[in-house]
Amino acid sequence: MEWETVIGLEIHAQLQTRSKIFSGAATAYGAAPNTQACAVDLGLPGVLPVLNKEAVRMAAKFGLAIGATVAHRSIFARKNYFYPDLPKGYQISQYELPIVAGGKVQIELEDGTHKTIGVTRAHLEEDAGKSLHEDFHGMTGIDLNRAGTPLLEIVSEPDMRSAQEAVAYMKKIHSLVRYLEICDGNMQEGSFRCDANVSVRPKGQREFGTRAELKNINSFRFVEKAINIEVERQIDILESGGKVVQETRLYDADNNQTRAMRSKEEAMDYRYFPDPDLLPVALDDAFLNTVRASLPELPDAKRRRFIETFAVSEYDAGILTSSRELADYFERTLDAGGSAKLAANWIITELSGALNRAGLELGASPVTPQQLGGMIKRIDDNTISGKIAKQVFEAMWGGAGDADEIIENQGLRQVTDSGAIEVLIDEIIAANPQQVEQYRAGKEKVFGFFVGQVMKASKGKANPQQLNDLLRKKLQ
Amino acid sequence: MSLSRADVERIAHLARLQIDDESIPDYARNLSNILELVEQMSAVDTSQVTPMAHPLDTVQRLREDVVTEDNQREHFQQHAPSVENGLYLVPKVIE
Amino acid sequence: MQNKTLAELATGLHAKQFTSVELTQMYLDRIARFDKEINSYVTVTPEKALAQAAAADTLLRSGRGGPLTGIPIAHKDIFCTDGIRTSCGSRMLDNFIAPYDASVVTRCYQANMVVLGKTNMDEFAMGSSNETSYYGPVKNPWDLAAVPGGSSGGSAAAVAAGLAPVATGTDTGGSIRQPAALCGITGLKPTYGLVSRYGMIAFASSLDQAGPMARSARDCAMLLQVMAGFDARDSTSLERLVPDYQATLDRDIRGLKIGVPVEFFEQGLDAGVEQVIRDALKAFEARGAVLVDIRLPNSKLSVPTYYVVAPAECSSNLSRFDGVRFGYRCQEPADLLDLYRRSRGEGFGAEVKRRIMIGTYALSAGYYDAYYLKAQQLRQLISEDFVHAFKQVDVIMGPTSPTVAFNLGERTEDPVTMYLSDIYTIAVNLAGLPGMSVPAGFVAGRPVGLQLIGNYFQEARLLNVAHQYQQMTGWHQQVPPAFAR
Repeated sequence: MEWETVIGLEIHAQLQTRSKIFSGAATAYGAAPNTQACAVDLGLPGVLPVLNKEAVRMAAKFGLAIGATVAHRSIFARKNYFYPDLPKGYQISQYELPIVAGGKVQIELEDGTHKTIGVTRAHLEEDAGKSLHEDFHGMTGIDLNRAGTPLLEIVSEPDMRSAQEAVAYMKKIHSLVRYLEICDGNMQEGSFRCDANVSVRPKGQREFGTRAELKNINSFRFVEKAINIEVERQIDILESGGKVVQETRLYDADNNQTRAMRSKEEAMDYRYFPDPDLLPVALDDAFLNTVRASLPELPDAKRRRFIETFAVSEYDAGILTSSRELADYFERTLDAGGSAKLAANWIITELSGALNRAGLELGASPVTPQQLGGMIKRIDDNTISGKIAKQVFEAMWGGAGDADEIIENQGLRQVTDSGAIEVLIDEIIAANPQQVEQYRAGKEKVFGFFVGQVMKASKGKANPQQLNDLLRKKLQ
Repeated sequence: MSLSRADVERIAHLARLQIDDESIPDYARNLSNILELVEQMSAVDTSQVTPMAHPLDTVQRLREDVVTEDNQREHFQQHAPSVENGLYLVPKVIE
Repeated sequence: MQNKTLAELATGLHAKQFTSVELTQMYLDRIARFDKEINSYVTVTPEKALAQAAAADTLLRSGRGGPLTGIPIAHKDIFCTDGIRTSCGSRMLDNFIAPYDASVVTRCYQANMVVLGKTNMDEFAMGSSNETSYYGPVKNPWDLAAVPGGSSGGSAAAVAAGLAPVATGTDTGGSIRQPAALCGITGLKPTYGLVSRYGMIAFASSLDQAGPMARSARDCAMLLQVMAGFDARDSTSLERLVPDYQATLDRDIRGLKIGVPVEFFEQGLDAGVEQVIRDALKAFEARGAVLVDIRLPNSKLSVPTYYVVAPAECSSNLSRFDGVRFGYRCQEPADLLDLYRRSRGEGFGAEVKRRIMIGTYALSAGYYDAYYLKAQQLRQLISEDFVHAFKQVDVIMGPTSPTVAFNLGERTEDPVTMYLSDIYTIAVNLAGLPGMSVPAGFVAGRPVGLQLIGNYFQEARLLNVAHQYQQMTGWHQQVPPAFAR
């Protein structure tokens, strides 16, 4: 039987506010345990939550960016369950009337086609603390620094049909929240996390199969692997006549398998009800208009503009707009006045490659966009060749200064004086009579030998086009 | 509404309350009586009534995003039941 | 001395007839002498009190004292007090020393009041007789066989017995007004949102409200002046100007329209209590007020509605008591589930457990609509009854409680009978309105309270009306004979 996979994602994005969603404690990552957990975060008796305006603004920003409805009135509710990293015994979340409802995003598939993925809702809630399982004499340690960090939970429609689509969607949301500067997207630190609802059904069937919820998958690679292995598991069960059980499963990356979570064995009854400590959140048009006005150019629009304005390929535009930093780097490179196509190539291949090898983020690049732009301008005006440019780039990477300085100091200026090139050609022809013979007998391949020799003699600085033209003339 | 022993046990578990075996019948009786009182509510048709979650007809005030709390860990943990290296300890959690 | 009003005590302090230290010592001595009989305090803080009194005297000597500087106060043990145990009447918090002060407590400190200690109460404010306290019942100063009412029974009894000139209380379904009535003192539950709930251990968040308990309406006005006002730490605290409550106490009440709800005089009301209330209403009529019969048709459903809303909220509010970060933790938990179940099972008393279970049940899957949603709809209807009534009248009056104080142990067997003690007070909490109880007479030697209900933010009006009543009658000046010495 042919099976179809159905996937919906719940993405948790930590909002990059300074203070927590309901308290004035700091949200910085990595502090000593429980030093950023104030009375409210600890759920001490008698304390009360007060909502952070910035968290609301960020959620609204996201809603507007995906063309969703940002609710004029939304409600906070309590989700009740006992867990040691949940200090109050309930999580303040939104249930009925979330702040964002009904948006969509477009993803690009590998064959270049586009697909729209629906976003059912996005709601504000507080993050839980962390349980540390290293051995404290067989006990678990609870750190509540993370408790109360604002989260935007973004719930998709079950619109994805493969692990690849799920990853494309997750990357899209990841890029979007960073564009909007509402989440730092740091997956190692857990700022951007994902649960996947996965089911399979016979191809052509309308009803969904029974789903499993895969918890806390914290990298793009694991999302793909976890979904694929879970799909395999479910198909195996169904094909051997079994039934998939609705349950929460944990992906075990070490063994590349999923397993049922013990803590979620019993069916949860969360007893949601409106939180009486918080009143309805009312957002008026003035507030929403201010938020709308603060929206940056979004990836899709930027990409169209790059294609139209700079004539870069659709593929290159896609890469360049995959993050706001990269797009900004590209545009700042162009400020120097060089060719956009060259700039795109250099950023996507040389710069990205160098960053990867060095394990650096774009923000830490030793080559600034101004420097790269300056170098590209020198390629454009034939001061240096593409090949010499690589040498210049390496020197800039090593901190030797701007392209012009390097070209000057290291004497890399391209030789465009035909006389000088002709002298070199004459020397090489004179030194290699046998090869001249072969070329004239019709062995075209030998031409490359001459190009190489002359270039070598010029220390790479001869203008390649000029060299070609002159060489052909001389060899005739 | 009359609650059975099983009902009481289910609710007590959901609420994480240990109830002694011998007092379960008392709880079942008392809770059933309370539910009977509560069920007087059904006498009124409320199908057209908007639920009232709150006595205040006003909206949530929003706080500026400013860090106002500093570290008071030692103060907060002074009377905690079990603490080590700044962490609250609980019996091992199995995920 | 212990029978003086706050205004008299303040005058004495400012005129240096006595010092705050002398006054405080007098109350501490009375507590030492009398409290073993009524058990109104859970914790007494003599050293802190005397230190605060000395500081207050310094202020008073330099002429920088405010209206309540140096006046002793007792706080219900539901308010968190930094450095002083805050037990909430529960074994769960028997070892809990709050690391911070409730906003109400802070405000009293800022007014340079002196804290005598923390008063006994029903466990987590769940009860109407003070018999659910982990620290044993409080006894009614008028009759030691009788309950003081609850849940602020300790505060009511302490004020009635002259063991504190004034006290704070909280009222979720009548917990200020009913014990005030049963102990023969004056108590006020303000409009929801007037007094900050920050640091007040939550029972039912949409109903809880703190207020003053004192010997007269004027004393209530003076303490309310300190307690009321906006607090940025409480999202349900309202940003509005607090009026001068004493300024309007003397206003004439001629022409005042008093609504008398028919439903408050139907079955269940003790005949003696009814007589006392009718007499009080006549006194108002004689003073020029107009009595208007009104109907609050849905108020009869306030008890069932309340016993869904309050337990639902409490079941969630009390989840934080889990033995992990503070409070009681069971011995040798076998695993996490055992830690939760035994810490909570052993830390909470039976009534608290019952209410948590009712609330858990009402919110659980499949029952939410029939219970919680239905109760919210009825809450709307109950509130609308008041809205209609206040289109016709200025205040509403009736009994605070259907009976005078009942005997200890009399209603502990059947929770439902106990719940009906609050039949006249609960609707006010559901609507979020202000309400008062003032002493209006006695039945068989036990006090009767007259309940006054005002429209939203009409505390000044209520205090004015109550004060006028207290100008005509002397019920509020009566003192339980055993504590008159």
